[in-house]
Amino acid sequence: MASTSTADPAGPPPGHDLSQFDTTKARKQWQVIVGRFLRHRAAVVGMVLFVLLFLFAFLGGPIWKHDYKTLGFEQYSPPTLEHPFGTDRIGADMLAQLIRGLQFSLRIALVVALVSTVIGVVLGALAGYKRGWVDAIISRFIDLILVIPGLVIVVVLSRSSFVNVPGQSGSNWLLVALYLSLVFWLSTARIVRGMVLSLREKEFVEAAKAMGGSTLRIVFKHILPNTIDVIIVNVTLAVASAVLAEAAISFLGLGVRPPDTSLGLLINQNRNELNIHPWLFFIPFALIVLVSLAVNFMGDGLRDAFDPRQRRVRA
Amino acid sequence: MTRYIIRRILISIPLLIAASFLCFSLTTMMGDPLGEWKLQKPRTAGEIAAAELRAGTNKPFLERYGNWAVNFVQGDWGTTVVPGNSTVDVKDKVFKSIWVTVRLVLGAEIIALLIGVAIGVIGAVRQYSIFDYSATGTAFVMFSMPLFCLALMIKYVGIEFNNFLEANGFGRWLRTAGPPDGGFQGGIGDQFYQYTGSYLLPTICLVAIQFALYSRYQRASMLDVLNADYVRTAQAKGLSQVRVVFRHAFRNALIPIATVFALGFGATISGAVITETVFAWNGMGRLIIDAVTKKEPFMVLGFMMVTAVFIIICNLIADLMYAVLDPRIRLD
Repeated sequence: MASTSTADPAGPPPGHDLSQFDTTKARKQWQVIVGRFLRHRAAVVGMVLFVLLFLFAFLGGPIWKHDYKTLGFEQYSPPTLEHPFGTDRIGADMLAQLIRGLQFSLRIALVVALVSTVIGVVLGALAGYKRGWVDAIISRFIDLILVIPGLVIVVVLSRSSFVNVPGQSGSNWLLVALYLSLVFWLSTARIVRGMVLSLREKEFVEAAKAMGGSTLRIVFKHILPNTIDVIIVNVTLAVASAVLAEAAISFLGLGVRPPDTSLGLLINQNRNELNIHPWLFFIPFALIVLVSLAVNFMGDGLRDAFDPRQRRVRA
Repeated sequence: MTRYIIRRILISIPLLIAASFLCFSLTTMMGDPLGEWKLQKPRTAGEIAAAELRAGTNKPFLERYGNWAVNFVQGDWGTTVVPGNSTVDVKDKVFKSIWVTVRLVLGAEIIALLIGVAIGVIGAVRQYSIFDYSATGTAFVMFSMPLFCLALMIKYVGIEFNNFLEANGFGRWLRTAGPPDGGFQGGIGDQFYQYTGSYLLPTICLVAIQFALYSRYQRASMLDVLNADYVRTAQAKGLSQVRVVFRHAFRNALIPIATVFALGFGATISGAVITETVFAWNGMGRLIIDAVTKKEPFMVLGFMMVTAVFIIICNLIADLMYAVLDPRIRLD
């Protein structure tokens, strides 16, 4: 590092602060990115919507007057003031059911996003940085898993003996989330591997190596921060597709089971009510669409904010 | 090219062997296929021993894998093993189901591709027009939509349409169940009536699922091409816009979509699972859900091996198409 104490002939004379003449303020990189994101209207709407849905799911339960366990209201009551979203076949309040279903769907989606990102980033970075046989093993393994459709893997795992102790039914949402993660990490790993492969040849990595940085330090301090944009976008998109994937397998009857619930399971339970009691079908459906639209819009905005070349957005 | 194809096929053999091992491990993770049968009521030791012999669960894992793999290669894919279920030969069942699914999916995929490409091209040529915005919006909603809800709604609309037909003195044309096992009967007109009635709703469903994806890819690649230098050159030398778009841009913009089409096979299977479940077709989708629900290990294995082979072939076709369509890419 150059010492700043030596007099710089081109610099301002001491005692004269030139910053008063600056017409623009210096901004950190993250400030630029946040600024770009905030100017992306759809993305901001998506973010606000997601935050509202999140609060609804996690704070709505205690606030709303009816408990999800309380049954015995009038059956199939259409939406009224007492039950804004009506009641279902067994006389449970739909709003309370939906709050809980959304909560489980979001929990699953967030766990999937977190776990699959951690696995994907670690293995992808390892393969890209180490190359050679490590890369060969990890890449071939990914190719191998991609040969079986993801939905099929999750569906088969969902019958595994870890969950289905005969005669017992316990909470299984976490296992569903983990099974989905086992499929979701593949794409993250591939993307991170590709980026690390090119980043490791850059001069700043060479400099870090020359200064004696350990492998771990180089990977985590120098290389991975440069992939953070792609990773963040990937996380948001994983949340959206995890919500949909969970709904699909729960609809097939091979996902979340009572006593747990989820939006997909709610739709599965009410699949035959579509024409007679439409609110039982359309409200959980609308919630799923809202969650995944909100997250997709956010992801779109983030991508544009990180990489302004991709789209025409005012910088 | 020939050498490349041969090499790729040779590479896929160890891949398939590894995949078969992975599939076998996955099916053993489903747990004891006889577990529920044993719990239904007390079974005698003799009954259990006989059932275990049939299911092969009395042997250690590696021996079971070896036996299954040898039989599989020789064309014996096993049968259903859970005593309560009717005994079905896996190979027969899988091939019957493939045929049902292929007939349904192939037509739908081609329609989806045509619609998707058309929307993508128009969207790119008229970028930021009302058409482009509404196509983008539709695609966004389609991506955020749980597909089974869409299928359920299409089924409901179909039933309502049938009621409407009946109220006006016509027959119930649309079917919300798969085609009959023996094929359609009757004269040509009659068969056409039954055929369209069976295929219309699930086809609409699959097309709706897939076209949004194709239109997005096509729009992106078309925009890429339209901004390329050679398109500007073509415009500069005074060619008509139609000629520029179709002769110069469109042909090159089709290259990525060809690979997307071939690589989308896994997604197609998932779409088929949902569609067949909702519309009660006895295809591959129903097969895997039934087999998994009933814990039939050999049926699941048969399904997974067939899809694995299909996906490997599709990947190969995707790579080859890339090279055939774009001479700049050399495979060797």
